[in-house]
This record gives sequence, structure tokens and C-alpha cells, in this order.
Amino acid sequence: MRKFLRRFLACALWIAAFNCLAVTPDDLGKLALGESDAKEAALAAIINAGDESAIPLLQALMDDGVQTGPDKKVYIVKDGKGIDAATGKVVDPLPDNLEDVVIANVMRKEIGVAIAALRLTSPDKSVRLAAAKELQGNAEEDALPALAKALAKESDPEVKAMLTLTQASIQLHGKDKATRITAINALAKSNNPNTKTLLLGLLEKKGDQYTEADPQVRAAAQESLNAVQSRLSTGERYAQIFSGISLGSILLLAALGLAITYGLMGVINMAHGELIMVGAYSTYFVQNLFKAHAPGAFDWYLLVAVPVSFMVAAAVGMVLERVVIRWLYGRPLETLLATWGISLMLIQGCRTIFGAQNVAVENPVWMSGGVEIMTDIVLPYSRIVIIGFAFAVLLLVWVMLTRTRLGLFVRAVTQNRSMAACVGVPTKRIDTWCFGLGSGIAGLAGCALSQIGNVGPDLGQNYIVDSFMVVVLGGVGQLAGTVYAAMGLGIANKFLEGMAGAVLAKICILVFIIVFIQKRPQGLFAIKGRFADA
Amino acid sequence: MPDLPKTRVMEKSLFSRLYGPRGWIAVAVLAFIALVVFPLCNIAAPAGSFFHISDYAVSLVGKFMCYAIVALAMDLIWGYTGILSLGHGVFFALGGYAMGMYLMRSIGHDGVYKSDLPDFMVFLDWKAYPWYWKFTDNFWYACLLVMLVPGALAFIFGFFAFRSRIKGVYFSIITQAMTFAFMLLFFRNDTGFGGNNGFTDFKRILGVPIATSSMRMTLFLLSAVVLILMLLMARYLITSKLGRVLTAIRDAESRVMFTGYNPVNYKLFIWTLSAVMCGIAGALYVPQVGIINPSEMSPANSIEIAIWVAVGGRGSLVGAILGAGIVNFAKSWFTVAFPEYWLFFLGALFIVVTLFLPTGVVGWFSRFAKKEVKA
Amino acid sequence: MSAVHSTGAGEGITDRIVTEEVDTLKGPILYLEEISVSFDGFKALKKLTLTIERGELRCIIGPNGAGKTTMMDVITGKTRPQSGTAFFGQTIDLTKLSEPEIATAGIGRKFQKPTVYEKHTVFENLELAMKSDKSVFASLKAKLSGESRDRIGSVLQEISLTDRAYEPAGLLSHGQKQWLEIGMLLMQEPKLLLLDEPVAGMTDEETMKSADLFLTLAGKYSVVVVEHDMDFVNKIAKTVTVLHEGSVLAEGTMDQVQNDERVIEVYLGR
Repeated sequence: MRKFLRRFLACALWIAAFNCLAVTPDDLGKLALGESDAKEAALAAIINAGDESAIPLLQALMDDGVQTGPDKKVYIVKDGKGIDAATGKVVDPLPDNLEDVVIANVMRKEIGVAIAALRLTSPDKSVRLAAAKELQGNAEEDALPALAKALAKESDPEVKAMLTLTQASIQLHGKDKATRITAINALAKSNNPNTKTLLLGLLEKKGDQYTEADPQVRAAAQESLNAVQSRLSTGERYAQIFSGISLGSILLLAALGLAITYGLMGVINMAHGELIMVGAYSTYFVQNLFKAHAPGAFDWYLLVAVPVSFMVAAAVGMVLERVVIRWLYGRPLETLLATWGISLMLIQGCRTIFGAQNVAVENPVWMSGGVEIMTDIVLPYSRIVIIGFAFAVLLLVWVMLTRTRLGLFVRAVTQNRSMAACVGVPTKRIDTWCFGLGSGIAGLAGCALSQIGNVGPDLGQNYIVDSFMVVVLGGVGQLAGTVYAAMGLGIANKFLEGMAGAVLAKICILVFIIVFIQKRPQGLFAIKGRFADA
Repeated sequence: MPDLPKTRVMEKSLFSRLYGPRGWIAVAVLAFIALVVFPLCNIAAPAGSFFHISDYAVSLVGKFMCYAIVALAMDLIWGYTGILSLGHGVFFALGGYAMGMYLMRSIGHDGVYKSDLPDFMVFLDWKAYPWYWKFTDNFWYACLLVMLVPGALAFIFGFFAFRSRIKGVYFSIITQAMTFAFMLLFFRNDTGFGGNNGFTDFKRILGVPIATSSMRMTLFLLSAVVLILMLLMARYLITSKLGRVLTAIRDAESRVMFTGYNPVNYKLFIWTLSAVMCGIAGALYVPQVGIINPSEMSPANSIEIAIWVAVGGRGSLVGAILGAGIVNFAKSWFTVAFPEYWLFFLGALFIVVTLFLPTGVVGWFSRFAKKEVKA
Repeated sequence: MSAVHSTGAGEGITDRIVTEEVDTLKGPILYLEEISVSFDGFKALKKLTLTIERGELRCIIGPNGAGKTTMMDVITGKTRPQSGTAFFGQTIDLTKLSEPEIATAGIGRKFQKPTVYEKHTVFENLELAMKSDKSVFASLKAKLSGESRDRIGSVLQEISLTDRAYEPAGLLSHGQKQWLEIGMLLMQEPKLLLLDEPVAGMTDEETMKSADLFLTLAGKYSVVVVEHDMDFVNKIAKTVTVLHEGSVLAEGTMDQVQNDERVIEVYLGR
């Protein structure tokens, strides 16, 4: 109801503005022909009238596009066509002997402020916001009345915050000490990172002297600065945690499949990364199909791509298990080498089919954009979706392992193969299915990765070391450990990145894991007991 | 006193312990080919004749011999001790970098910027050498580093890993993580080793220009001599009681432990030695190929070393050398003839060897030979 | 036997790892007191107290999960007890030493599953087990003396494997591997032998032969045998200890133990 009222009001105001004349002919004359004093007065009148329709005229003045005829009529001229500034009618042909209206540089600045001030009253929120931002950088005290007026009218919190900041930043450099201090205190509530530079400017030193002479002002500035800084760093920390969780969810997706094939089955699958790649390329393939045959439904191609990437990767995995890995059970080092060979062949196969270049996978429209939680801190929807997706997959795996017959069989086979075989569990088929499940989850990871990064033949190579680290750190055969390890590594990585840069962060993490494994070879969640090192 | 069947003479001289008469003849023939025939064919035989061996072939075979040293090192640690390292590329590259530092410094003022510092440092606007470049203008100090740096890294890494009883696949994965970390480290410009371009454009060794055929031949001969010495040293090791303990660790580590041997010390010894061998190979390799960069440390390179040994035959020194030769020869041929099929071939090699040739080419041959004898 | 000790290789090792020879002049050779071990809440050993006298042959029996293997693990350093003390002789604290140190101090262990070096010949298996300086560089320089060779020969005969001395151990039958492992323990010249089911997989004839061998060993070494085969235990045991749920249930001669009500209850069910 309130929203409706607000809209209605804005609408009414706009119609009213349209009805009165934008600029009185008197002011127009003064602006175009008068001396500089008269010009200034006319400009002030225009700003005070607060009418947006004066903007084209002012803009034309700035662009040297205003000319006067011998009849003292004022024309806005653009590309050889003229408009009568007073009536708004097109004049064609233009009268001869037109003279340029010359604007002094001092005026130019004022006109700029006037334009911004007028735009502050625009009904369009984005225009107001842009105007407020513009003013912040280069406005002077004469924009203050317009600002105050706009502030009084403004109801949108975002624009209001911006206006307050602008106002404060202008007042900051004013002459009245009390106003300045009030302004500084007002700045303390800002979330805008620009505030920091503004306040820091007051605290600057030139040689031994502060540029700001007044110690009281300095003290107030320092106080506000501290407040802003702590709030900003909290914001930054949240952003870091978010990107850490985001990275963690990707690691989790990449490692979940491995937690099954390596953690439960004990198969070292170096081709796991390439199964991720297979999933990503499946997504790419589905996307192309939609583009070609069902462009209208493009936004929903992921609904098809998710199951397809799962099934393709699972199928590849099951074939590998049947053809190669099955023959190497109990020989982990050989498995490692053979699966490495498989990964090389998959990479080269992918290059042969899709080319060595990265391919583009587009996000559906609903995944682009993001939530802005603070100025300059945006959480992209794609990442939020992937975090959700990772946990959905985790839940699925958990349900699969603990609540289904397949899961029961898998656990039986991993705990005691021969006993499971004795009671009628088809161990070999279970191996194949289990490996297929792990591979399919790798495919899901690939589908997710395709939404946030490049898809290329080397995609998998980038994740294989990381995902092994996650599984090893989490503790073999531990789903919970895998989750904690993925999230922990993700967040730690992002925080270190903030401190030391991406490469050093990565090195630190690897060194940490190497050291950690020395201390606790069984990972975070050790399976203790007499069979621990069997 | 009970009598043992006299099928084996236990107290042999060192000479007869290493190889039997036929083995020594084989070694001598190979040494003769590498040290006499090959150089003669390169220098004395006129270009175009059937016997002529091109400079390209010389540097190629020289490179293969460096790989063969790495394969020997890998075989000692994997074939005989059962520890699969996926990080031997690092030791190789570190040896190469240590030698590369000397080679960079002996460029002197002949770089693009005519500066005291190597070009990449000028490019980064560095004013002086970092501390770890100190003394690297001394050839002998660089040679010391070639062994010391990989050895020290291996010792520290191995000390912690073996003491924590990290075994099998765990160890392999951890070594791979180490390789990966080192590659990232060396890719950084700030690390001070030329970033992703690494070291290249070497001019001279010990004042002698590097890009001459006589220098190429010198390096070739040096590699051959080192390879033969390494082979004999490795043979000495594995025919000693120490070698038998290592194999025992591979087959039944707990038994070794409960017999009173401390496996940690044994593993650490062979692991460090293996790393030093790789470092020496790297140092011989770099002047011959004229470049060293961080891609040598990529995990893929280190895994490839394992496949050399697997192809040739784990637990056979000659097999390791043979495997390094076969795989790298195939690589050279494929990357020229069918570049797009090389990875298919290499991948298939990994699979076929692990599935069907657990003892490698050497094992296959010896089985073949046995059948012949029976028939 | 003690002559071999004091000559040659015997001296070298002790100063490297354990500075003191096991001191058994007074009292028992093995002394476990209130040892407790638990895995994730499962109590494998509960305040186990056990003493083995010098030169004794002790049989330990008990149902599955009684803690027999865990007890061996504690003695040989594979598992650290959460509480309790384990002394070898008067002075050597077993809870502070590593496996190789304990082995060097004079405790030999045979595993449940025979563990020999399958790729090595029988001869080499024995050579590796022989009491000597077992440091890395000593192994590098080691040469087999005639004396050592004779020693291997006599052990080979003792375990009836002379004919197969130069065959890979992997080719031996299960029972022969058991023998080889026992032979390796003899080469180690331990003071205390721990044998985990030493006659499993042996033929009756081999079992009887083992029984004879262990009885002759008993004077020279202290021997602890864990075994399920009651006939075998009956034949060799002087003292039998029954373990149940991680602590000692009964101890005494075979007759005493067999007539103990609690033992009968444990073995026959209630």
C-alpha cells in the first residue's frame, strides 16, 4: 500500500513538473544573453525550480550547442537542427546569423552541478543514484541546497544513504566547524568504502603539519574512520567467508565422488578430474543442443544437463571399472598409474573431439547477477546456487549410502568383502555400481564448474590434487570429514589469499596439509582401532 | 657342521658380486658403444654417410641418458623399496636449477640488457642478487648445490613422512602435492628463478661456449660416464645386504621392523640418495637442452618417470635404463610424426604395462628366454 | 648359545640402540602390570597383569577377542597402552621403545599369518634375521663371515629347509613358511620369543615336530605361545594363562585351568 502511494505521489509530481514551463523565458534570456552575474542568478533559479525538463538545455549549454538568433530567441542546435528552447518546438530551417552562447569555465562547473542536482529529483532511481555518485566526487557548497531538498524528498534508502554521504563530504570541507563535525559524525554510519579515503584525507600529514589544522575535527575524523573501518573489514570478512564457502562447495563437489571411489572402495582414481571434465563437456553439449533446437527453453537447460552429466560420467566410470580398474584391486600403486593413463587418454580424446581451446558454457539468465550485501560486495547467484547444489548432492550421497539397499551393500563390501559375498551380495556388480556412483558425482561437479569457470580439456587436472587433499585431510572413508575438510580448506584458502596472494596461499595450504598428514596420518577423523593400519 | 648345497658361492669379490662374466661383457660393450663408437660416428664419419650420427642425435641421446639416471633413481626407490614417488621431477628440476644458476651467472654481460644481473631480474627491476644466489658464480659450489639441495629437501621431507609411517598411496599423493607446491612456487616471479620462463640462453660453461659441437660431445660423454657409474653404484647397493633389507621392506615391512632393523633409516637413506641422483641428472640435462623451467616440476612429468621404470621392468636396473630409452624414444618419434596421438599412446602404455606387463620388458624377455631354454 | 652372544656382532648393536643388556638376573624377564588399551571405547585390554619367568614356556589361550594379539602388540611396541607398565627384565621400559629397538633388545615375534620375505631365498631370509649390527651403513658394508654361514646352516637344518635354502621363500608351503619364520626368530637370538599361533596350517607331523622344538627352546629362551590347538597346548604347556575380555581369567597348569569353573563357562558358554 505504501509502495503504491509513493509511486502515485512520484507520478503526480512528475506530471505537475511537465505542465509548468521548464524555464521561464526571462531566466532563459538571462542565461543565454546576460552578463555572468545574471547568468548565475538564472541558473540558481532553475535549480530552485527543481525541474528535470531543463536538463537538455543545460546539457546543450555544456556542449556548446546553444545559439541565439538576432530576434533574441534561444535555440538548441544539434546536428544542424534547431529547437526553440522556450517553446520546445522544432525550428526548421534555422534562421541565419546565429551566435554561439559562450560559457565561461567557472559557469561550466556550476552548470554541471545544476544538472546533477536536477537529476537528483528524477523519478528514476538509477538516475538519482548515478547523480548522487557523480556529485560526491566534484560538488561544491553551492550544490548543498539542492542536495538538502533532494534528501528531504528522498525515500529510497540506498539513494538516501548515498545523498547523505555526498552531503557530508561537501560539508566536510566547509567553513563552519560545527557543521563539519556533524558531517564527520554522519560519515561514521556510511558503508561506502569511499568514506575511508575521504576521512583519511583529513588526517593526512604534510611534513610535520597536519593538513587539517583543527585538532577537534581531526579527533572526530579519527573516530568516524575507526567506525567505518571496522564495519568495512567486517564486510570484507563476510565476503571472504562467502567466497571461502563457495570454493569449499566446489572442492566438496569435486571430492565427494573421490570420497566414494577412494574413501570407500580404496581405488586411487587419478582420472577423477577427467570425469569432472566429462561432466562439464556434457553440460556444454546439452547447452548447444538447447541453443540449436530449443532456444526458448534455454533458461532451463540445466535441468537436463544435470542428469545427463551425471549419467555420462557414471557410464564412463563404469566402463573404466569393468575394463581396467577391476583387474587391479588390491594393487593401489598400479591402479594409480593405470588411471593416470586413462586420464591422459580422456584429455587427448576431449581435445580431439572438442578442440584444445576452452569452450563457452553460458549461465541461464536466472543465474546471472547477484545479491549486493554492501557497496562493492556482491554475492553472485551462480555461486549461491552451486553452494546449494553441493549440499543437495551431499545429502543425496548420504541418503544413498545410509538409506538404500545399494548403500547397505556398498558398506558391506567395503567392510568385509568375502563375508558379503558369502551372504549373497553380488560384490563385483556392487563395485561397478559404486564406482559409477562416484564417477557420476564427479560429473555433477563438472556440471557445476561449467557454470563458474572455463571448460577446457585441462579442467580436471586443476582439481585432482585439491580433491585428493580434501579426501586425505578429511580422513579416508569419512563423509563428514570430507565436508569439514572441503569447507575448511576453502575458507582457509580464501583468507590466506587475502593476506598473501593466490599462489602463496595455495603453497601454504599444500605445505600445511603435508605437515598435517605427518602428524595425523589418518586424517581429521581417524578410524581408530586394531584395523586402522591394516 | 651341516653342509649347505654348494650352488652359490657366498664370499665373492666385489667385482664378481656386481655382475657375472656375461654381465660385465654387456656393460663393457655398452660403455664402448657410448664412449667410443657413438662419438666417432659423430666426429669422424662424414656427414651423409651411413655411419654418421648427427649433432641432434647426440644431444637427444645425451638427454635420454640423463633420463636413464632418473629412471635408475626411481627404480631404487620404487622397484626395490616399494615406495612410489610422484615427486622425483622436483629433485631433477632442483638439480637443474642449481646448475642453471651457475649457467645464468656465467652469461655475464652478454644478456639482452647487458647488466650484471640476469635479464629476468633486470626485468623485475631488482638491483642485486637475492641471498640464495650467493657464490653461484662458482662452478664447484654450484655442483655442490646440485646434490645438496635435492638431498636436503628429500631428507627433510622423507624424515617427517617416514617417521609418521606414511606409506603406499598416501606417500605417493603427498609427494605429488609437494611437486605441485614447488611448481607453483617456481612459477612465481618473486621466487627469483625466472618465473615461468625459467633459465635459458646460456652462453658458456667454465668459460667454454656452450653451443659448440665439442661442448655437446663433452656433455654427452660426461652423461655416459655418470650413467655407467650410477649403474654400478646402484648394482653395488642392491647386491649388498642393504639392498636385501630394502627389498625386504618392500615385501614385509613389519617383519623387518620386528627383526630389529629400523625401516625409517633405510628408507630415508635410499630416498635421499635417489633424490641426489636425480639432482645430478638434472644438472647434466640442463646444459644439454639449454633451458630449465617450472614445467619440469609438473606432476605429469614425475608420473611419467614411473612409467619409464614400469615399462623397462621394476626391480631391474637395466630395465629402468631400457624403459627410459624406449619411452622417450617413442615420445620423440610420436611428437614429430603424430603429435596428437602421443597422449593416447602414453596413456595406453600406462594401462597396458600395469595390466599385462607387471615385470616390464625385461621380465617379458627373460620369460621368453626361459621358454626358449625349455624348448 | 651364550658364547655366540658375547662374541662378534652381538656387542655392536646394544650400544647403538639400547644401552643396557636385558637384566634378568633377578626376577622375571617380562613384567606387565595393569596394562589397559582401548580403541574407540572398545576395551581390548583391561588392567592386564602378567609375568613371564626366565626360561619359561608359557601358553596363552582365550576365546576370540580376548586380547591375545593386542597383548603381543603392546609387548613389541606396535600398540602403546593407555595405562600400565611393561618391563623387559628389570630395566627396559617397553612402552618407551620403538619396534626395532624392542626387537634389538631381545624380543622376537612370530605373526599369526606367516610373514617371510617372499622374493628372497630361504638363506637370505635367515641372513637378514641374523643378530648383527642393523644400522644402514653396517648393512651396506656387511659381509657374511664363515661363522655366520655355519650358523645359518645349522638353523636351516633345525627347521628342515636345508634342501630349499636357495629357493625363494614364496615357493614354500604354509607350514614351511611357519618354520622359516621360527628359524628367523632363532637367528635373531632373542631372549623372549612371542609365537602367535605357530602351528596353524601345519600337518600333524609338523605340529608334533614343532612341539619338540619349542620344548628344547624353553630352556634357552623364554617362550610365550598363543595357540588355539588344545592338543598342542596340552603337549607343551607347563603353565597356561587364560585371557578373557582383556584380562587374566585363570592361570595354572593345564589340569587346573581345564577344571576352572569360570574357564569352562567362558569356553562352553553359559
